[in-house]
Amino acid sequence: MTRNDILAGLVAELIDVAPDLDPAALGENDHLQDDLGLDSMDFLNLISRLHKRFGLPIPESDYPRLATLAKAVAYLEKEQAG
Amino acid sequence: MPSLGADMDTGKLVEWLVAPGDSVTQGTVMAVVETQKGAIEIEIFEAGEVVDLVAQVGQTLPVGALLARIGTAGEAGGGGDREPNAVASRRPPEPARGRVPETDLPAPAKPAPAKPAPAKPAPAKPATAKPATAKPATAASAPAGEAVLSSPAARTLAAEAKISLASITGSGPSGAVLLSDVERHLAAGASPVSETPEAGRPTARKGLDMVEMRRAIAAAMTRANRDIPHYYLCHEIDLQAAQDRLATLNIERTPDRRLLMGALLIRATVRALAKVPELNGRHEGDAYVPSGLIHCGLAVAIRGGGLIAPAILDAADMDPDTLMEAMRDIVARTRAGRLRNSELTRGTITVSSLGETGVDALFGVIYPPQVALVGFGAPRLKPVVHDGAVTPRLAVTVSLAADHRVSDGRRGALFLAEISRLLQDPELP
Repeated sequence: MTRNDILAGLVAELIDVAPDLDPAALGENDHLQDDLGLDSMDFLNLISRLHKRFGLPIPESDYPRLATLAKAVAYLEKEQAG
Repeated sequence: MPSLGADMDTGKLVEWLVAPGDSVTQGTVMAVVETQKGAIEIEIFEAGEVVDLVAQVGQTLPVGALLARIGTAGEAGGGGDREPNAVASRRPPEPARGRVPETDLPAPAKPAPAKPAPAKPAPAKPATAKPATAKPATAASAPAGEAVLSSPAARTLAAEAKISLASITGSGPSGAVLLSDVERHLAAGASPVSETPEAGRPTARKGLDMVEMRRAIAAAMTRANRDIPHYYLCHEIDLQAAQDRLATLNIERTPDRRLLMGALLIRATVRALAKVPELNGRHEGDAYVPSGLIHCGLAVAIRGGGLIAPAILDAADMDPDTLMEAMRDIVARTRAGRLRNSELTRGTITVSSLGETGVDALFGVIYPPQVALVGFGAPRLKPVVHDGAVTPRLAVTVSLAADHRVSDGRRGALFLAEISRLLQDPELP
């Protein structure tokens, strides 16, 4: 899975969780909670979907590593490879 | 047309989900009404059989207007026709933009007054009414354009997928398009069709009109500040023990089964009401009525501004997992504009929580006619004296805004102390 595939999957799940976000307006360095306005429930829903889509456990202690889209892509890439 | 809050004057009927002849029971979703809080599913609180759908899809009606008649079958010698939220309209509903033929409009001014109708169902229907009972809702709404009988979930999915409901064969009652029908249609490779402005009308832009919502908030909060003599208390709670237990619990769980701290905070709040029950109830007219059941409102922020506080019904005995699931469900439906009228109107207390990225404390305005609002600031690491030493621990400031007509500071303080005590309880969550 390429980086672009991961990013596309991540954005698809994000838009599902927060349908009012405009995919075209997302920046890779946007902070999911501070900039995009996800609350803890939205964030947990996103993690649940990423868990299913990518088959990764994503423990709570890893949450800070998914704070922005760019960070989350890097995290998913690394964990999948590992 | 039920009132969905003190701030509501009118509602627009966008969909009938029942047809004459259908049996309904308490809790059956009868219709969808569009309000400033989104498309609201209207439930009925009685059992019976639908006799007549009076209001037309597309009509905007004042609160109190007659929507439908329900025959209460089996009620010997009484009962007769009833309307959901049985109230007469203050004035006859206006025909929707002159579209509805006059002859189709029953005289709506009076709710089939004192004279009891025969107990057998569907008695009152004049022979001049719509042709057959088979698909009356569809027939009645056909002139309104794209008004296909469908469930809210089906409508939402169709709108998201940009497909017309009219292109889908429904398998539900009276041919209603159900979610499964839309899913089947999509799976069959349906491509989006160009959307007429009418398509997906009820939930267009998620059914939330931000200008109207702001007006509704203004009206409710103005009333609260005018009518309710608030008093405020706040208290810092050590959350470290709860956080440790939560982390231990969640580490074993897949993300979809993890709990949020918010669920523990709400559960502690609900349980603490057992000690100070007078904070749970409603002050309507001149009288305060305590509530036996706890319908816990949850202030849900809408991204881009706005706030809706639907209630989790009968939350008193929910365990943390059940409560978490209820929160997940109600937050999702609030965002999607798909709440039920009972959730908007029956709350007995409200909790507002700033979440992880907020500030220290929140002092709320009571949501009338309730008498208390509990506010949680953002939990943060703070220097806390614990076991005789200052150590960094997770702490949260909880506040209470309460109605001084009903309770006093001493009782309010007891309540906050009880929330704190419950959160230290090693048996929790």
